[in-house]
Amino acid sequence: MPLILDHVSQIYNADTENPVKALDDVNLVIPEGQFIGVIGHTGSGKSTLIQHMNGLILPTSGNVYYNGKDITDKDFNKKELRKHVGLVFQYPEHQLFETDVFADVCFGPGNIGMTRKEAEMAAFDALRKVSFPEDLYYASVFELSGGQKRRAAIAGVLAMKPDFLILDEPTAGLDPVGRTEILDMVSELHKTAGITIILVSHSMEDVARYVERVVVMDKGRVAYDDVPREVFSHSEELEAMGLAIPEPSKIARQLVKNGLDVDPGVLTSEEAADSIYKALMKNR
Amino acid sequence: MIRDITIGQYYQTKSVMHRLDPRVKLLGTLLFVIAIFTYKNPVGYVLGIIFLCTVIKLSHVPIKFITKGLKGILMILLLTVLINLFLTPGTALVSFWKLTITYEGVAVALTMILRLTMLIMGSSIVTLTTTPNNLTDGLEKGLGFMKIFRVPVGDVAMMMSIALRFIPILLEETDRIMKAQLARGADFESGNLVKKARALVPVLVPLFVSAFRRAGDLAMAMEARCYRGGDGRTKMKPLIYKKRDVIAYIVLFAFMVISIWMGRWSVITDFFNSLYTDLILK
Amino acid sequence: MGKPHKVKLKSMDIVKTDNLVFEYIRRDDEGNPTGVTTALDHVNIDVRQGEFVGILGHNGSGKSTFAKHLNAILYPTEGTVIVNGMNTTDEDKLWDVRSSAGMVFQNPDNQIIGQVVEEDVGFGPENLGVPTKEIWSRVEESLRAVGMLEHRLKSPGKLSGGQKQRVSIAGVLAMHPKCIILDEPTAMLDPSGRREVVRAIRGLNDVEKMTVILITHYMDEVVHADRIFVMDKGKVVMQGTPREIFSEVPALEALRLDVPGPTRIAWELKRKGLPLPDGILTCEELITEIEKCR
Repeated sequence: MPLILDHVSQIYNADTENPVKALDDVNLVIPEGQFIGVIGHTGSGKSTLIQHMNGLILPTSGNVYYNGKDITDKDFNKKELRKHVGLVFQYPEHQLFETDVFADVCFGPGNIGMTRKEAEMAAFDALRKVSFPEDLYYASVFELSGGQKRRAAIAGVLAMKPDFLILDEPTAGLDPVGRTEILDMVSELHKTAGITIILVSHSMEDVARYVERVVVMDKGRVAYDDVPREVFSHSEELEAMGLAIPEPSKIARQLVKNGLDVDPGVLTSEEAADSIYKALMKNR
Repeated sequence: MIRDITIGQYYQTKSVMHRLDPRVKLLGTLLFVIAIFTYKNPVGYVLGIIFLCTVIKLSHVPIKFITKGLKGILMILLLTVLINLFLTPGTALVSFWKLTITYEGVAVALTMILRLTMLIMGSSIVTLTTTPNNLTDGLEKGLGFMKIFRVPVGDVAMMMSIALRFIPILLEETDRIMKAQLARGADFESGNLVKKARALVPVLVPLFVSAFRRAGDLAMAMEARCYRGGDGRTKMKPLIYKKRDVIAYIVLFAFMVISIWMGRWSVITDFFNSLYTDLILK
Repeated sequence: MGKPHKVKLKSMDIVKTDNLVFEYIRRDDEGNPTGVTTALDHVNIDVRQGEFVGILGHNGSGKSTFAKHLNAILYPTEGTVIVNGMNTTDEDKLWDVRSSAGMVFQNPDNQIIGQVVEEDVGFGPENLGVPTKEIWSRVEESLRAVGMLEHRLKSPGKLSGGQKQRVSIAGVLAMHPKCIILDEPTAMLDPSGRREVVRAIRGLNDVEKMTVILITHYMDEVVHADRIFVMDKGKVVMQGTPREIFSEVPALEALRLDVPGPTRIAWELKRKGLPLPDGILTCEELITEIEKCR
């Protein structure tokens, strides 16, 4: 079932002299099965946006629909929604609290009414899906490395068997290899488990490499909503929003300007190198 | 959610009360409290109320902000009144079941209400007109003499100001942790008190872990910036008395001496006591 | 590259470590020793007056442990650390060492002490017993150096991450250190915050001639450094100019480090047989070199 944001606005401090428009008339349809990247500068409204998707924040005006129901209705069961739309926040330290990893992952399933056995099965399944090292299942959550904490946190939400998984900056603070590992794992979840992924990031490189659709937020509005290639073709506009486009794209575009027949839509270093090489060979 | 709680009830505006040295305000509060607990006759209270009203007027703080502080102690106030009403021995006013209200009880209860109200309003004025930082500086300098008793006044003041700086950060963090757990199906609203208290464990554990980590980081950062206790430190913004502070001290002392003297003067007290006895006898 | 060549005085070592070893004992939950971890293994790093030195390494490579030795937060198990001519283990010189080697940490929220920007910058000088009048002039010049003067009266809570880190840098500058050590100052920032902090750091080195030691795992931040040390498992595994270091793409990737985009593309092209020079660092350089191949 798709998740629909219909003319959603969020205004903070509405009754004061300087109200803040965190979201300004946002319309989004998120069908099941997509892998979406949400990018935006700090303060662009991307964090506020994702919290509307599972009812942690209710819109000041507009509606959010899930499964044909309006989640802004008073009698709508938000716990039920959170079962289907999982949200993992940026800092795993904010959610890990149990004595060991396994118990922590069982917390979510227990909350949504699974029996102890069901919860444990779900926890095993989730830990396996995030490739969490088996010898650390019963390790203390406070002694894990950054990447392991991240995996444990994602497993904690995944164990609730959501249809949508929203990840807020899942690679922040990790080293390059750690980043790639987490993103590969997320991509694998999308492919094999068929979970709809919404990846929030300010790293254009991360987004470019994995997603099929990019939503760019700027000043509370949806600035672009398209396939990565299209979105990154607006390099000047993106830079004006404080977003750095991937360096390979930047180089390719400059070469095109200089009259070289390079594909301006390349996203990764490998693609850029291939395209530049081909263009140069053609010239000879 | 939790961010709506305001900490430190400083009311931003410009007034002579805002500009006064925090030491004057702190000592003033102390003297005022001593005074209102020594009064033995209504004249003292009248003088105290006049003083309080003048200060409120000078502070430019709307009266509703000052009375807000009273809501917090409403229960304490009621309890004090009830205990004094029923447990003070003396001439019976009314009697029912096993309880007796005495004339003396009414008098004591009224006195207590008056004293506590004045105390809260008086100290609210100080916190409303002084930034937490300024208050800490005032305490540090004002209590500087305690150093001879080996009280680490500087360190305590530093601790207070750091606590004040981190309260908003920790409140925001609490908010984020609550949301992270809500997203995992946690429920902070339903159930009885025990259930609600238990639901807080997933919030408190990450919060404490984070607070300890922050404390460790902060200690290291402070050491790296050569913090080695209060001794030998200079001040970027030292407290220096101005003319208005001296005037405030003179007015303060004069007023307190007069009000305490009038409030305890036996001639006036005796007069009110005889009036009171006459009223009850009639 | 864009930067003018600096005259370097060999004798003026601000920081010098000689076979620095740091070991600590691992303990289990009951506090029983379970083994010894060697966090730093015979590290020799020297930094000269006015230099910009980058120290690279992935999480857990020992680079932060190294930084903490320069500020006498940690002491060597073996070997010596000399800062501005003082041995860090000399207890009498502790505060001189700490004021000579100013330190900026990763988390901006956990190192700002003051409730107003200018008061935070004044914290270090206050601790050093600097007279009030001079504190004010130091605060002003330090805030100006990082471009935060206009925010001097703000509460730190109202600043962005990048601005908070610049305040932290100003707080260290106000102590008038001989060198400034930044321990992953950008790790918690977004790209624009990172850019503004890196720009401020470069400005300090270029304009104020401040000696800078920047510890990071983002390679693009040290492209303009004079020299780079790469650490892994507590050892210095590579050292040299950025150009020398960044020509070793496979070696860097084996060390879990991120090679800057242009360097990466240049390396790929070179592997395909294009005659590009080694260690291309910036987009502009790469484009110029590609143009030459046409």
